[in-house]
Amino acid sequence: MTTTAVQFTNVSRHYGTVKAVDDVSITIADGEFFSMLGPSGSGKTTCLRLIAGFEQPTSGSILIHGKEAAGLPPYERDVNTVFQDYALFPHMNILDNVAYGLMVKGVGKKERYKEAEAALGMVALGDFGGRTPGQMSGGQRQRVALARALVNRPRVLLLDEPLGALDLKLREQMQTELKTLQRKLGITFIYVTHDQGEALSMSDRVAVFNKGKIEQVDSPRNLYTKPATPFVADFVGTSNVIEGELAQVITGAAQAFSVRPEHIHFAQPASADHLGTQGTLIDVHYHGATSRFEIKAATGQLLAVTISNRDAEDPTLPRPGDAVALSWARQAMVPLSAGTR
Amino acid sequence: MHSEQKPSLLLKLAAWGGLVFLHFPIFVVVLYAFNTEESAFSFPLQGFTLHWFADAFGRQDMLSAVWLSVKVATMATILAMVLGTLAAGALYRKDFFGKESITLMLILPIALPGIITGIALLSAIKMANLDPNFWTIAIGHATFCVVIVYNNVIARFRRTSFSLIEASMDLGADGWQTFRYVVLPQIATALLAGAILAFALSFDEIIVTTFTAGQERTLPIWLLNQLGRPRDVPITNVVAMMIMLMTAIPIFGAWYLTRGTENTAGASK
Repeated sequence: MTTTAVQFTNVSRHYGTVKAVDDVSITIADGEFFSMLGPSGSGKTTCLRLIAGFEQPTSGSILIHGKEAAGLPPYERDVNTVFQDYALFPHMNILDNVAYGLMVKGVGKKERYKEAEAALGMVALGDFGGRTPGQMSGGQRQRVALARALVNRPRVLLLDEPLGALDLKLREQMQTELKTLQRKLGITFIYVTHDQGEALSMSDRVAVFNKGKIEQVDSPRNLYTKPATPFVADFVGTSNVIEGELAQVITGAAQAFSVRPEHIHFAQPASADHLGTQGTLIDVHYHGATSRFEIKAATGQLLAVTISNRDAEDPTLPRPGDAVALSWARQAMVPLSAGTR
Repeated sequence: MHSEQKPSLLLKLAAWGGLVFLHFPIFVVVLYAFNTEESAFSFPLQGFTLHWFADAFGRQDMLSAVWLSVKVATMATILAMVLGTLAAGALYRKDFFGKESITLMLILPIALPGIITGIALLSAIKMANLDPNFWTIAIGHATFCVVIVYNNVIARFRRTSFSLIEASMDLGADGWQTFRYVVLPQIATALLAGAILAFALSFDEIIVTTFTAGQERTLPIWLLNQLGRPRDVPITNVVAMMIMLMTAIPIFGAWYLTRGTENTAGASK
């Protein structure tokens, strides 16, 4: 990692007794695609608003490119935001919307329209400058919001669930475009989302938020294969978090661990580096490429097993009501620490 | 929701009867502004004349009353626009201690009987050792004009997404630029509609004015004094008709301006 774009040191934001952000420290590198992932109310959006300057921290320090940002109003920060509801100015046409940032900085009319045209061209909306926001589709408004932020050439771009309102196909297409754009421009993207698939597919690193705290900051691959806490194991992908009595029965220790559903097979443990348990198959859900089997273990805990549907219907697979044996390799198990509950 | 049942004849008659009862006197005033007869309201009309219009406009006391009313209404409206917008901006989003009381205090002048506002203002003016003059009338009118502007503007604020303001700040605009380029265009029609209604309200106000005007004569007070002079009744009719027009046109304007704003104000959402 080269230089630091944004650094949080013990940042908290409290609203009365509610700790929206609670003692968070992160370092985001320059040029990184960094995602903040978490359920609603986990503090990820508040963190973004702290960087943008819409909120001020209760305590702690926020450095943006090495400069203390706490206390600075939004208009004195070298960051720009793409809002969840786009926040395009309805009384201006698209070109004036995009040129707004340059206009308030006193850039001349000719110059700023040229820049705005170029920014619109970058998001493939070059011919739409004369329209009003009301005449654009959701996906187009999204691109306008992007162009309006990027025309200011910020060093950090903040994106607050920008694809939330789009339908699935458009969302996937925009994910690819955003990633390509970020690589081309080389600026830092800080991306807030509650969609773990989105975070995994686009980001260099992801911070997983829960109840105002960060559970884990890691690469998408590590988040999936080596979740640090039960919350991460469960929130990123699906996972079987095994703890307490069942863990005791299987491993002989109460240490919690997780096993991904695709790593479990219907078999007796074959060798010493395999572990397993027994249970009853309760239900089977068909998901197209895969099927998901729900098993109730002897202790009553529910476990999930995912089997690929690549082969035609396999007659050896169990049916609901059958007693089944489950097995997984020892290296598929990830030990978990407690994390935030 | 509209009910499916057709209204009964009785209900229709009552509704139309009510409307006629409300507006017939106005019609009479307009009609008799053109009557040739001098004093009495006799029917049918004796003849048609525009003579009284010439008479009315020849009266210097009437013209100066009109001019004073226009000045007062303009000043009261300007005060109301500034204060009403500031109050709406302060109260629409943030919750703070005493917010409900401040809201109530803003809205109260429109609910209070004018006579109470008038007496209160008069004693305040006396306590401050001021002579009633143009400014005391204008400020007296502003007390109830503020709430008109405030109500219009705060309704628009509530329909406007706050992220527009954040977006403007985010793009580098300071508070004043944000107000000038984003907030003002968003509230402009609501502000104008509120201002027009405030102007109309001030223009024909009489009760509060009676207490705050001192020797000054606004148009409504001039009219009231005219009623004691039977010979001037036709002139009074002419002036009454003018007041009606002067207040009706702005009210229609306000209605026209805020007509379809539900659609345009939230168009970006």
